[in-house]
Amino acid sequence: MTDNDTTIIASPVLTAKDFASDQEAKWCPGCGDHAILQQLKNVMPELGVAPENVVFVSGIGCSSRLPYYMATYGVHGIHGRALPMATGLKVSRPELSVWVATGDGDALSIGGNHFIHTLRRNPDLNVILFNNEIYGLTKGQYSPTSKIGLRTITSPSGVIDQPFNTAALTIGSGGSFFARAFDRDGKYLRSILKRAALHKGTSLVEIYQNCPIFNNSAFEAFATPDSKADKTIYLEQDKPLVFGKEKNKGIRLDGFTPVVVDLDKEGLSTSDLWIHNEADINKASILARFADVHDKSEEVVPRPFGVFYAEERVTYEDALTEQIRDAQKNGVASLEDLLKGESSYVIK
Amino acid sequence: MTDTKKTTRQANVTSKTSVSVLFAGDSGDGMQLTGTQFANTVAVRGSELNTFPNFPSEIRAPAGTIAGVSGFQLQFSSKPVYTPGARFDVMVAMNSAALKANLKDLHRGGIIIAGTEGFDEKNLKLAGYPDGANPLEDGTLDNYIVFPVPVLQFTREALKESGLSSKDVDRCKNMFVLGLLYWLYTLPLEGTIETLQTKFQKNIQLAEANIKAMKAGYFFGDETELFANLGRFDIAPQKQHGTYRRVTGNEACAIALTAASKKAGLELFLGSYPITPATEILQTLAKKKKYGVKTFQAEDEIAGIVSSIGAAYGGALAATNTSGPGLALKTEALGLAVILEVPLVIINVQRGGPSTGLPTKPEQSDLLMAMYGRHGEAPMPVIAARSPVDCFYTTYEAARIAVEHMTPVICLSDGYLALSSEPWLVESPDNLADITPRFQPARKPEDAPYLPYKRDDRLVRSWAIPGTKGLEHRIGGLEKQNETGNVSHDPENHELMTKLRAEKIARIADTIPLQSIDNGPLKGDLLVLGWGSSYGAIKTAVEQALEEGYSVAHAHLRYIHPFPKNLGTILGNYKQVLIPEMNSGQLIHLIRDAFLIAPVGYSKVQGVPFNEMEILAKITDLIKES
Repeated sequence: MTDNDTTIIASPVLTAKDFASDQEAKWCPGCGDHAILQQLKNVMPELGVAPENVVFVSGIGCSSRLPYYMATYGVHGIHGRALPMATGLKVSRPELSVWVATGDGDALSIGGNHFIHTLRRNPDLNVILFNNEIYGLTKGQYSPTSKIGLRTITSPSGVIDQPFNTAALTIGSGGSFFARAFDRDGKYLRSILKRAALHKGTSLVEIYQNCPIFNNSAFEAFATPDSKADKTIYLEQDKPLVFGKEKNKGIRLDGFTPVVVDLDKEGLSTSDLWIHNEADINKASILARFADVHDKSEEVVPRPFGVFYAEERVTYEDALTEQIRDAQKNGVASLEDLLKGESSYVIK
Repeated sequence: MTDTKKTTRQANVTSKTSVSVLFAGDSGDGMQLTGTQFANTVAVRGSELNTFPNFPSEIRAPAGTIAGVSGFQLQFSSKPVYTPGARFDVMVAMNSAALKANLKDLHRGGIIIAGTEGFDEKNLKLAGYPDGANPLEDGTLDNYIVFPVPVLQFTREALKESGLSSKDVDRCKNMFVLGLLYWLYTLPLEGTIETLQTKFQKNIQLAEANIKAMKAGYFFGDETELFANLGRFDIAPQKQHGTYRRVTGNEACAIALTAASKKAGLELFLGSYPITPATEILQTLAKKKKYGVKTFQAEDEIAGIVSSIGAAYGGALAATNTSGPGLALKTEALGLAVILEVPLVIINVQRGGPSTGLPTKPEQSDLLMAMYGRHGEAPMPVIAARSPVDCFYTTYEAARIAVEHMTPVICLSDGYLALSSEPWLVESPDNLADITPRFQPARKPEDAPYLPYKRDDRLVRSWAIPGTKGLEHRIGGLEKQNETGNVSHDPENHELMTKLRAEKIARIADTIPLQSIDNGPLKGDLLVLGWGSSYGAIKTAVEQALEEGYSVAHAHLRYIHPFPKNLGTILGNYKQVLIPEMNSGQLIHLIRDAFLIAPVGYSKVQGVPFNEMEILAKITDLIKES
């Protein structure tokens, strides 16, 4: 395509600063987006990809301004359409590292159709979904992930729409990777971003992101020291689902229902608990539903963070490349062949 | 063909210049295959040819009804032909619905070959004839030459020892008719025999049955007394020597995109969503993987174009194809392509609208949408193809303009061109214009900063694709600062960028050919100005009017935005300008707007192409009136 070598590996001396563009981030002070941007810059040098081989694609919304702040290639598209734009780019240029910055409105409302279809096709994209459960850029309307009852400027009496469960939607759409992270926990977020980057296929990372202006403290329960340990559970491959300040609580499966057990009171050991397995789609589906397990409208199981599901599956672009390679096994057809076609005839 | 020399009686053979034939029957009667075979045979023999299929939008409309009639019209000739014929000379009617649906377009005195089994009581009722009425018997066809042929009975007799099921036997009846038509027009059977042998490679029994039915039709012509007075016809082939292929407009579009990608040294990416009548472009390109073509069947029209924009951003020759409803869905993305200034080809195969409208019928009603159908001021080139073969050249030109001027380009075709076919003298790669992408080379750290929106003297920006070291930059749909491409809400800057985007497209007029006069005097009483698929009808009508001594000329626009630089001068050379359009008058708006003249409009909004007789009548009326 050009004579520029696209295979150069980034020199190991690159730092987060090398991935910062000259544009000042114009998000509100205190917005979770700043933290996510910082972790993306932090993780980039660890991936060994040269900045010129990285592209950030976005749609519309606060999150979608992110490409302007990365010193990589970036393209800011139209509302909801980041995923097909990124897919076209990735299919055309499989060697590039393609990232998508999107939000709950961009990905799940106006771009909902692209969301489900991209996931089932599985192009190798890293999709960072900033979920703040609100529309920020348009100033505070409810989003498809807003909780029922949330009072906003367009739901003065409270939201009556059932919100999307991003994890369940991802897994239900045939997504090959789902992870959840949190803007407040930078180190963990960075580790999840790295996992997403290394996963071959569409990696969907839902980041709980605080909007301090229009939906402040939506995720406070998972952040405050008082409740954090009891309300969250961090997933680790092959490890039991343990949580609590004293690490004395765990999750067991009662049939298909997750139940919280107290290891001390019930005399159980961690080996009696649910052992996390990212490759198990059935377990991932139940993890995805943790947020929906209620008792008298209270969530009764902690909210999972980490990699729910990771499946190694052929990517769309690799499958297409393979078909093209197969069609060209006897050589690339020429322009003469093309123009002449297969049913030409000669008039003498 | 030794077999056919068993002629018992030599029928007279009359020479003719042109014949237009319609094969019409029920959707399940195989008329498209029959027509295609007939077209291939006359094409390979060297005749000039133009074909047009006409079928219902339902896959299987109720059998025997008018809605279920499927037709294939073709004109073949010793001289160039540009339409399938305003009216046909011969109609094959496999059933009474086919006759009823098409009789109005048969020349008075024309030939009807009627499959009598399709005129039984049940079929007549389904076609809506009153009780007891049968056009083959009641004298209503006295102005035509009617040959009732029990096609099904003869096919069954011919194949009674074939061992095939009665269903398979009956399905061979179209081959009987084809054989009869080959006899009537003194055409060879070999081409079709070969095709049938290849098509039914895995079922030799079926191949042989079809061939036998065709030969039976041929011998029937020879042996029956039915055609004794009519005799046979010969249309001498006149085509100049060379290598040809028959292409439809949609095929030609697909070939052109692939050729342009090869010539430009780019990979072709087509993001597309199936829509009638544009789908064959996606289908054809999906089979071009050996040329490295990547097709992406998207989840919707929007993803179709947006994926193409992504591919264009990455350095591919990117295209999307659609029809009116799809173009409407793509309009926001068109604006994005305009502001990003990336190359993109949008092929819009127009159909009758609004809304779902007439999915299988042509119309030229998307011109103003192509010109203006975007929010904000988002100008882009618009060009239009005039014939199936011209779909190749126009699409290729769209790709050239897109790549060399870094802009989306709308290439207009329509449902008529999409499915019509004509022979194409196979183009040599050397004759195709060069297409030169202007990729921005890599930049060293000590070089001046890269400016994504710095323009050359044609106001074209460079193509800086990901993977190029030192050019990392961010662009998007937000208004951008001149040259740097950084987000800018500065009032003067927005006005400047709006003007720059418009001027960039206007300057394309410096690189496109001047408008030519297709036929007729350079000055005169009347100029017929057309665009798109009305070319054949206007061409034929103007030829006829010139023969009759009228002072009339024909100019046909390929470039609608920007117009060729000399168009205003040309329009001033005639006392009157006539603009026929398959819409309520859209080009006429653009011409009035650009040149402040008052052309005469001629509208036809019936989902049916103009025919040459209509245009000729309009020409002669206008000149006589003035």
